[in-house]
Amino acid sequence: MLIWDLFKMALRSLVTHKLRSFLTALGIIIGVASVISMISIGEGARRQTLNTISKFGTNIITIKPGQKKSRHVTTGKVDTLTLEDAEFIEKNVSLITGVAAQVYRSAQLKFENKNTNSTVRGTGASYARLANFEIDRGRYFNKDEIRSSKRICVIGSTVLKNLFEGRNPMGKTIKVDGKNFLVIGTMVPKGALSWFDPDDQIFIPVTTAQKRVFGMNHVQSIDVQAGQIDDLETIKEEVSQILRQKHNIADGKEDDFYVQNSSQWLNSWGDAAKTFTYLLGGIAAISLMVGGIGIMNIMLVSVTERTREIGIRKAIGAKKKEILEQFLIESVLISFLGGGIGILLGIGISRVVSGMGDWETVVSTQSILLAFGFSVAIGIFFGFYPANKAANLNPIDALRYE
Amino acid sequence: MIEVERLSKIYHMGVQQVPALAGVDFRIEQGEFVAIMGPSGSGKSTLMNLLGCLDLPTSGIYRLENLNIQNLNANQLAEVRNQRIGFVFQSFNLLPRATALENIELPLLYGRVPNSREISLQALDRVGLAHRAKHKPTELSGGERQRVAIARALVNRPAIILADEPTGNLDSATGKEIMNLFQELNRETVTLILVTHEQEVANLTRRIIQMKDGKIIADKRVEAC
Repeated sequence: MLIWDLFKMALRSLVTHKLRSFLTALGIIIGVASVISMISIGEGARRQTLNTISKFGTNIITIKPGQKKSRHVTTGKVDTLTLEDAEFIEKNVSLITGVAAQVYRSAQLKFENKNTNSTVRGTGASYARLANFEIDRGRYFNKDEIRSSKRICVIGSTVLKNLFEGRNPMGKTIKVDGKNFLVIGTMVPKGALSWFDPDDQIFIPVTTAQKRVFGMNHVQSIDVQAGQIDDLETIKEEVSQILRQKHNIADGKEDDFYVQNSSQWLNSWGDAAKTFTYLLGGIAAISLMVGGIGIMNIMLVSVTERTREIGIRKAIGAKKKEILEQFLIESVLISFLGGGIGILLGIGISRVVSGMGDWETVVSTQSILLAFGFSVAIGIFFGFYPANKAANLNPIDALRYE
Repeated sequence: MIEVERLSKIYHMGVQQVPALAGVDFRIEQGEFVAIMGPSGSGKSTLMNLLGCLDLPTSGIYRLENLNIQNLNANQLAEVRNQRIGFVFQSFNLLPRATALENIELPLLYGRVPNSREISLQALDRVGLAHRAKHKPTELSGGERQRVAIARALVNRPAIILADEPTGNLDSATGKEIMNLFQELNRETVTLILVTHEQEVANLTRRIIQMKDGKIIADKRVEAC
């Protein structure tokens, strides 16, 4: 018998029991739909995270005071880094293209009768370039202005909107914790992240921030930009070495600072998102498995029900192989159709998810192929036992079966 | 055509051995029309299973068209059933979801015979049911179903047709029609073997083999025909 005839027979048997076929395929449909939607949501989350992280520049290493114990825990003193450290690094470390020390805190901003609470960031002159900020109007402050601790500021787009409501801020004076600051520039918006809005900030010279606003002598972090991303590790080594020397840290003692690498951060975030995707995919795969067991169950019932039919077919000359193929095609067809419906459903679900929140989803061809291949494999795997049982029936017993 | 020598079949029921067929010998030539009779348990069903290549004998020789059946494997037996034997059953045994024509076509599909549609239509026409081709078995009367079954048995031009109580589920008038059809087919030199317990049915054949306790106790020609 030709495969095409077997295929027609299988299709007819599925159509005859529409509801049963649908319920049998339901496990596969749900499994495939969840594989597709879970992977697309996870992949979307990963890409979104990587995207936002890379907005901050990927060739930056950040030095912070204290010791990092794990991803979220830091201990130790917080005042170990100073402006001199930053200058020292700038002078003595090769292969770098910029250093920017920072202090930051949230403070109240006021212009005329408008109030807003935003981050005030005291930075060096090269910060805007290092952090991928673009100047919209005016300019960023220079080294001279930093040296003389000028009370000038560059404001982010969210602050601009909240305080000036579309009016030109250039040359206006705003109050930062009650002190007057002249606006000399505005930033092009970067777009808010879920946990932080980089546009809701104003930037002032780091020295001004230390002496006139925050009243501190240390800096909270130092960003170092590498000329080339491949040099990051070398620079990291060099920075650590130089700072240990400068801080007089004896051999064998812990650093009083730690160095973070944004590409490292990127990687660990990417890894976390990947783990998340695998986890979701794994759960979905289990439901596919359960779907497969459902197919096996129904096929076993079907074989028992159709024992007599199998007997007739054998009596008129069906070979073992042909009976096996007939039932196998039937279970593969169920899982194949279930897989197809599941893929459509999964794509639909991920569309709905990305439509509801501003959560990007990415349906990859890879995940579709994976889900499809998986469901067909499940049809073969779980269909084989019932099909084999059918093929091995003794024709005499099968014919007599009532 | 059929040669059977010291054919026996022993079933094992636990430790007990039940001889269902205790060494039978006979020959059936091409074009014969044979009835096998006997009380239940006489071994006639076992004999039919062996003749139909649904089962293999415990010992003895069964030659069908010079082919030694007892030496064949399962796949070869399936081929013999497909090409040399046609079955007609008491309960028709048609596939309920397939149409009359599709039921008849099935042996041709398993045998990979080309033009299976046309050949099946001819077979259906031969039993006088060409107008019922698209009907499913449930839409046919008992007599019509048995005709479809006979057409299915005929369609591969087998060496023999084996009929197991073919009139058992039919009223006597319809049974008579079916027997007339068999007689017609026999006149066209189709070899027929049927199992029956009705003497009137057996009398319409040309040779009656009587069985008891797994042995042949009588084998005689019917003169009336």
